[in-house]
Amino acid sequence: MATIELRQVEKKFGDLHAVKPLDLTILDGEFMVLLGPSGCGKTTTLRMIAGLETVTSGMIVLNGQDVTRRPSRERDIAMVFQFFALYPHMTVRENIAFPLQAKGEKREVIQQRVADVVRLLDIESLLNFRPGALSGGDRQRVALARALVRRPAAFMMDEPLGALDADFRETMRAEIKKLHLAQNATTVYVTHDQIEAMAMGDRIVVMSNAVVQQIGTPAQVYHDPANLFVARFIGSPGMNLIKGRYADGVIQMPGDNRYPVPDKWQGTLAGLAGGDVIVGFRPEAARVDGTGPLTAQVYADDLHGSFTILHIALQEGETILHARASRETLYPIGTPIRFDLDPDRVRFFDPRTEAALPPGK
Amino acid sequence: MADVVLQSITKRFGRVTALDGVSFDIKDGEFFVLLGPTGAGKTTTLRVIAGLEKQDGGSVLFDRAPADALSPADRDVAFVFQQYSLYPTMSVYDNLAFPLRSPMRKTPEAEIKQRVAEVAEKLRITHLIERKTAHLSGGEMQRVSLGRALVRNPRIYLMDEPLSNLDAKLREALRVELKHLQKVQHSTTLFVTHDQVEALTMADRIAVLREGRIVQMGTPQDIYDRPATTFVAQLVGTPRINLLGATCANGAVTISDSPLSVPAQNNLPSSLTLGVRPEDVQPQAEGEFEGRVALVEPLGVETVVHIIVGGQTLTSMVPGMSPLRRGDEVRFHIAREHLHFFAPDGGRIV
Repeated sequence: MATIELRQVEKKFGDLHAVKPLDLTILDGEFMVLLGPSGCGKTTTLRMIAGLETVTSGMIVLNGQDVTRRPSRERDIAMVFQFFALYPHMTVRENIAFPLQAKGEKREVIQQRVADVVRLLDIESLLNFRPGALSGGDRQRVALARALVRRPAAFMMDEPLGALDADFRETMRAEIKKLHLAQNATTVYVTHDQIEAMAMGDRIVVMSNAVVQQIGTPAQVYHDPANLFVARFIGSPGMNLIKGRYADGVIQMPGDNRYPVPDKWQGTLAGLAGGDVIVGFRPEAARVDGTGPLTAQVYADDLHGSFTILHIALQEGETILHARASRETLYPIGTPIRFDLDPDRVRFFDPRTEAALPPGK
Repeated sequence: MADVVLQSITKRFGRVTALDGVSFDIKDGEFFVLLGPTGAGKTTTLRVIAGLEKQDGGSVLFDRAPADALSPADRDVAFVFQQYSLYPTMSVYDNLAFPLRSPMRKTPEAEIKQRVAEVAEKLRITHLIERKTAHLSGGEMQRVSLGRALVRNPRIYLMDEPLSNLDAKLREALRVELKHLQKVQHSTTLFVTHDQVEALTMADRIAVLREGRIVQMGTPQDIYDRPATTFVAQLVGTPRINLLGATCANGAVTISDSPLSVPAQNNLPSSLTLGVRPEDVQPQAEGEFEGRVALVEPLGVETVVHIIVGGQTLTSMVPGMSPLRRGDEVRFHIAREHLHFFAPDGGRIV
């Protein structure tokens, strides 16, 4: 088992920053997700931890030991890649046993460990097949088994579910997480899919443009995004963001809307130079009930099975906002609606720095 | 715009039957979605309507007149594909104007200019009009592709997974705009997708296609609330519906390998499958059943909780962030009024 520490770890390719100096401590047994759009530096970070990429500066500490200059094979870390890196000419059993054979383990040990891991993953019936005969999901299970059989100090997973279709991803997501809980091995998991990150991570590192935007639990990044990037990136749809101007306890918004600011935010907003502010709220924080101080028109309404998402605009041509509503009422295009924001779940951002504003006391 | 009717369309490729007696009618101004997995026959259906594929049996009618003898050009349909089929060396303007400049249509240049301007405005690409399409992002290119179809006023728009290549946020944004435009213009649209979220959110009506046959047709509410088969039940809804083997005896339905049981309605067979949507499994202090939490997946707006009961695992969806943790003992309620019963062959029991 392992704790992993990154101290001011930085990676440059020529003049280009792939990862700007980054501090991160991953606890023993933690499932840490690196999340961000392509090119944000998440995979490079993972590869530096695994030793597949050198660091430009900074230090990587594994279980208290500086491993910055150690080659990958001396780090006792197993990689699981997106593609099914299985040997096509070997059976499933041979594929899984391979890492142990390469380490020169005894035959009985290999047999026992392979038996354990195939039982854990419920793939006993596949042992004598070759990878070519398996479905995508089963191949991914075999790839996982091959990583698990080594019992490494830590797992590095690079978008392992990226190649699967949506249905199967949902199933495998839960399986990987259950396996993690059963084994409790420190895991670093890279994905661009925020739903996967939320569902799986003990904590999430949100990255963009080579910079860490926020490190937090799923609840923290969802409810208290550190900045506009995180607010937009997390959630489907992302957080609603409205430009407004604060004066005398009220925020003036498009469409002649006046939003009375909850008391605990008054002090913070009164301190803003010029009064320009961005109001943020999640779709479920909008209360659409025929009353409320804000007005909008329906642009479209979407059934999502058990609920409806309303797409609304404060006035024509303005940014589309999203509000979650019950299925019981119909909202044709153009319907005027009134709504309020849950005072506990409204957030405010500084438009110049894009950072979240702290609530007052 | 027109209404379009398919009457028992059959299409074979060699020994493979791609479409097996497919019938449906798309009403004038309707947004009709064909939903199904890869290989179900969705694209073949579109191609038959467009005249790009000749059916082996059955008829296509436009406004109640048979269209089978019409060439693709005479059918006057507009296609939007998953792959953007734009001319890379032409400007966005010329790409949009292209369908109107066809020698068959002979549209005056002044009218072309006006129509292109209108469509560009609707799709928010006015600022790109002078650019070469090769220099656009994926989302911009797909807007132009849509624009090239929308610039005409055909009988029907045929859209073949037009949003599939876009990333999640872009797909969502374009989905809403497409739906808004369709509703405002009352255009007749047949939209093909394998994505159940697209189908539920966009359609006036959905036809679910499987192996060349329609298994269910109805509004998104019908499909979600009253799935006709276990296949449809699993196809729509995230997370997926719980499907549980069960037996019926002495007025009770008992879920296999668990202590769960609910009162039976009339006419149930002795062996059946019980369907329970995750939102109908609700943890609550006074719930009648008891289980143990196997996994908690916080998605922000809601939390997916996996509950072990005997040898079964139920998926539950609760609003917001759940305080439940793995290993917790939990009591829960199952909404009896929303249960789905399926016969051993997968068909819904009414």
